[in-house]
Amino acid sequence: MRRESGGRIDRSRVLRFTFDGRELTGHPGDTLASALLACGVRTVGRSVDLGRPRGVFTAGAEEPNALVRVGDDPMVPATVVELRDGLEAWSLRGRGRLTPGAPPAETRHDKAYLHCDVLVVGGGPAGLAAALAAGEAGARVVLLDDRPELGGDLLSSRTLLDGAPAPDWVSSVAARLAALPEVRVLSRTTAIGYHDHNYVVAVERREADGHTARRGGGRRGLDGCRLWHFRAGRVVPATGAHERSVAFPGNDRPGVMLASAARTYVNRYGVLPGRRAVVFTCTDSGHEAARDLAAAGVEVVATVDPRRDGSLVTGTLADEEGVLTGVVIGGGTGERVVACDLLAVSGGWNPAVHLFSQSQGRLRFDETLQAFVPHLSAQAERSAGACRGVYGTAAAIADGFAAGSRAAGSRAAGSRAGGPAGAGERKDFRVPGCDEPEQNPPAALWTVGGGDAEAFVDLQRDVTVADLVRATGAGLRSVEHVKRYTTAGTGAEQGKTSGATAVGVVAGLLGVEPGRVGTTTFRPPYTPVAFGVLAGRDRGSLSDPVRVTAMHDLHVARGAVFEDVGQWKRPRYFPLGGESMAQAVERERRAARTGVAAIDASTLGKIEVVGRDAGEFLDRIHPNMLSTLPIGSCRYSVTCGTDGMVLDDGVITRLAEDRYLATTTTGNAATVLDRLEEWRQTEWPDLDVSFTSVTDHWAVVAVVGPRARPVAEALVPDVDFADFPFMTFRESRFGRVFRISFSGELAYEINVPRWFGAALWEAALERGAVPYGTETMHVLRAEKGFAIVGQETDGTVTPQDLGMSWIISARKPDFVGKRSHSRPDTARPGRKRLVGLVPDDPGETLTEGAQLVASPGDTRMLGHVTSAYPGVALAMARDVREGDRLVAFDARRGREVPVTVTAPVFHDPDNTRRDGLPPDVRLEPVKGYGARSALGGFSARFVAARSSGVTIREVPLVPMGEVRGRDPGEGLRLGPDWWLVMGGPPGVRHTGVPARSGDAGAAGAADTVGAAGAAGATGVDVSAQRAVIGLSGPRVRDVLVTGCRIDLHPAVFAVGAHTRTLLARVPVVLHRTGPDVYLILVDSSLAEYLAEWLLDALEGL
Amino acid sequence: MQLIECPWCGPRDEIEFRYGGQAGIAYPEDPSALSDEEWAGYVFMRDNPRGWFHERWYHVHGCRTWFSVRRHTVTHEIGRDPESPRREEFG
Ligand SMILES: [Zn+2]
Repeated sequence: MRRESGGRIDRSRVLRFTFDGRELTGHPGDTLASALLACGVRTVGRSVDLGRPRGVFTAGAEEPNALVRVGDDPMVPATVVELRDGLEAWSLRGRGRLTPGAPPAETRHDKAYLHCDVLVVGGGPAGLAAALAAGEAGARVVLLDDRPELGGDLLSSRTLLDGAPAPDWVSSVAARLAALPEVRVLSRTTAIGYHDHNYVVAVERREADGHTARRGGGRRGLDGCRLWHFRAGRVVPATGAHERSVAFPGNDRPGVMLASAARTYVNRYGVLPGRRAVVFTCTDSGHEAARDLAAAGVEVVATVDPRRDGSLVTGTLADEEGVLTGVVIGGGTGERVVACDLLAVSGGWNPAVHLFSQSQGRLRFDETLQAFVPHLSAQAERSAGACRGVYGTAAAIADGFAAGSRAAGSRAAGSRAGGPAGAGERKDFRVPGCDEPEQNPPAALWTVGGGDAEAFVDLQRDVTVADLVRATGAGLRSVEHVKRYTTAGTGAEQGKTSGATAVGVVAGLLGVEPGRVGTTTFRPPYTPVAFGVLAGRDRGSLSDPVRVTAMHDLHVARGAVFEDVGQWKRPRYFPLGGESMAQAVERERRAARTGVAAIDASTLGKIEVVGRDAGEFLDRIHPNMLSTLPIGSCRYSVTCGTDGMVLDDGVITRLAEDRYLATTTTGNAATVLDRLEEWRQTEWPDLDVSFTSVTDHWAVVAVVGPRARPVAEALVPDVDFADFPFMTFRESRFGRVFRISFSGELAYEINVPRWFGAALWEAALERGAVPYGTETMHVLRAEKGFAIVGQETDGTVTPQDLGMSWIISARKPDFVGKRSHSRPDTARPGRKRLVGLVPDDPGETLTEGAQLVASPGDTRMLGHVTSAYPGVALAMARDVREGDRLVAFDARRGREVPVTVTAPVFHDPDNTRRDGLPPDVRLEPVKGYGARSALGGFSARFVAARSSGVTIREVPLVPMGEVRGRDPGEGLRLGPDWWLVMGGPPGVRHTGVPARSGDAGAAGAADTVGAAGAAGATGVDVSAQRAVIGLSGPRVRDVLVTGCRIDLHPAVFAVGAHTRTLLARVPVVLHRTGPDVYLILVDSSLAEYLAEWLLDALEGL
Repeated sequence: MQLIECPWCGPRDEIEFRYGGQAGIAYPEDPSALSDEEWAGYVFMRDNPRGWFHERWYHVHGCRTWFSVRRHTVTHEIGRDPESPRREEFG
């Protein structure tokens, strides 16, 4: 029944909604629950196990009964759903259901990261006072409140503050907060987790705002939730308290409601939850509820308070539908039955200690309050108000103000922001006079009537006192065990209404104090969170960062089939005209073996190792000798861990006396770089050596095959191919050329700065090279018996196991891992070693992972297949010799395949093909390569995405160098001995780089400043390593905070500031060049991913 | 998400770092002089205390500095390692 007046609803507007298909109405300001009650809906669902009818029980997030399905949300408490026009809700039986195969929700959620001095959780009297105290002391404050309107319980009460309705005080504080520029108030925002080091996660529900206008122009604004991540100097939980019920028989009927909820419905929503009420209360607040119900016109026929005369509610009566029609009052005054349609129950109050407990704070049981309250803090937090057991409006305001002042006062210690200190400043704040009476302690009453099977402890899970009796009767003593045995507290409300009651009942059954029983663990999230909210914008194509090479668009246009290698997209094969993979690979393989083919090898990791001690350092890391490598020569090498196992492999080239280029496998590039830094910084800091990743600076095309030379000659016409031996490198004005081979054929790996990679690839293909992908690459190398780290190796394989004893220098006393090669386990005979396998049927492809046994049915495993292609395979196997007959057992296909062990080389064992065929043709030489910036393809979309808030653009083709060790006197300092200099730093040779930024002219006008390898030159050309994105406009920070975790407050990340950090989960250099202007430098291979991410973020503005 | 103070960059979220295990385990002067047991001790054996632990972190997504901290393995409280450099010492 709706009251004629009163409440914080707008009766002038009518909202239409349906419940289980029934058309109903409510008003702005209603929740779904209040509107249902106003429409006289008593039964809102059925219980999960017993199917009993249930009604609205609370007025908040702790609701155990009124769970409904609304739109995409399969289960949400009706008590927190803001009513909106056209809302469709459906009742549930205790739990929601996802629709299999349903399309993903259109709703778009995002995230944001924010730093503050003081985070206040809860906008009730304590939280408001705390936020005001901290804010007016000059602190950066964030105030979270989970409701649409600030005020908390004050909106539900008739309390007068300084003689005026409490909401007037709320408005005045809200106005003062709004005037403070460093205070941010987030309504409809629920803190769900309090983690290590004052990290608090909260969900803001933006879709709940019925006034959120969809943006026009085809753009979709963000209409879903925002997952906030706060890092706070101090946290003030001011989360209030939850009222609890009493476990008496029939306490679950529709019509039974918490007293505070009944009071909220009459005062806040102008709804009468019944006409004739009985109030059963163990607290003074229950009497307040009785007064407010009576004042609203509800006939309060009895108030039962065991503290007064020992009287109790001992049962309920119901109609045929199970809805409350009366209560049985017993106890001290004898038994009587009273007819009523509302039973308001107050069993006591539980401080909402969830966040405090999640922060690892310790609780104690307060005998006076009969509740668990915060005891020992584990983090920089201080609870305030009812969640600390401080009840009553005036006391909560005073407590909140004290907590806020203290949090702001200690700001200096944990502060990030500058600004006025002013911890002592207090602008005319006074705790208002309050008309609430003094509160008496509650009765310690948990249950009525012994082990009754209809006395519910957990309404959501249908757990009764009888269930708890059974649990303790079975010998369970720990409340955690009881929880798992009975499922009490495991529903969506996670024990908010049931937990304390369960503890009280169990304590009674065990004959101990509740404090001895303790609580179950409070775990995040505080309220259920949809997976979509946790994902935010990280879904679909943005679900994981993607790296692409300079040639990616060309591969896509050519119809390549891609595979993921780490974050990279690599072409697996290039099918022509409906070819299968096998057909395409065979054609590609034939081209590489008999003609000329090309592969995009840009993804290989590339690290420049520079410094006087570079050779010495590499000698200490690698098994073979690298300090003696002649300048211009290449050498294959592996690296081992201290355990002696192979970690990675690659080719090392000596570019100059003090300069090497080390390549790594595609997947291990970052790990290898990290490891080099580790050894240098932590073990050998005195060595003069530094490491610079140039993986994304160079685009690489390997031209492979007996007829490779004419193509390679045409691509880098300034290189003398007549004198170009195997395992050497040559410099070209376009880049670098390495004569190395991963196929056994003649091969040249041509490196040009990434800007020219696409042009290089096209030029190679135009000259007849057949493009091939990773699948053919694997076949070619397997035929030559080249192991792949991570395929043949698995962290338990030494170089010796791979048959690479030759790589270990006898002249070196030590290298990382050497000592482990003489450990008993690694030196023993009978280890698995790399072998070849040939299936009897040459058309057969073994299964990678198949187990090798001596004969069919044998169970002694001799090894396993590591790589398999038609007719050939590599395996790691023990105690086998060439010619042995084995069986490869393929468990997946349930097949046993006979195989013969061979040497792990199937193709050209004597390396006769390495030099290819004599060149018999001269192809059109390349005169220059056109440059293409990393984000050239985005320019139109960048223009289209511009708004008055933010402008996005690429700053193309910026020459850059990295300098290590010595301060170059300019540039961005990224680390203690690490500088990035933009615009052509001194001492850095720029290969093929246009002289000026933005000059997308042809390469070849090589601007060489200094000379590579010149003594003292410590710089490394990284011009194409990074793309530069410019973001400007008044709302730039609103974009950045959705994916960047550092503190971007303008006083902290000041103009001129620059740092390396993560944005959208990719490493970037962030540089603030103006008040609203930021440059983002991102590795070129990740630039397209980041651009897509930024465009998505801009759409959400 | 722990907050770890990089001596160069200041406090940053844990996600920017890579864990480096126990600190203070030096590479042996002459591995060939060690017995198999001693070498295995260096390679495989680490402390695993319940309480304060001296450990290394690497600011991989920041300044690429290796450093060490003292961290409590139960409370995750982090204290500065007195031997780790402070920002002002980098010059
Ligand atoms: Zn750092």
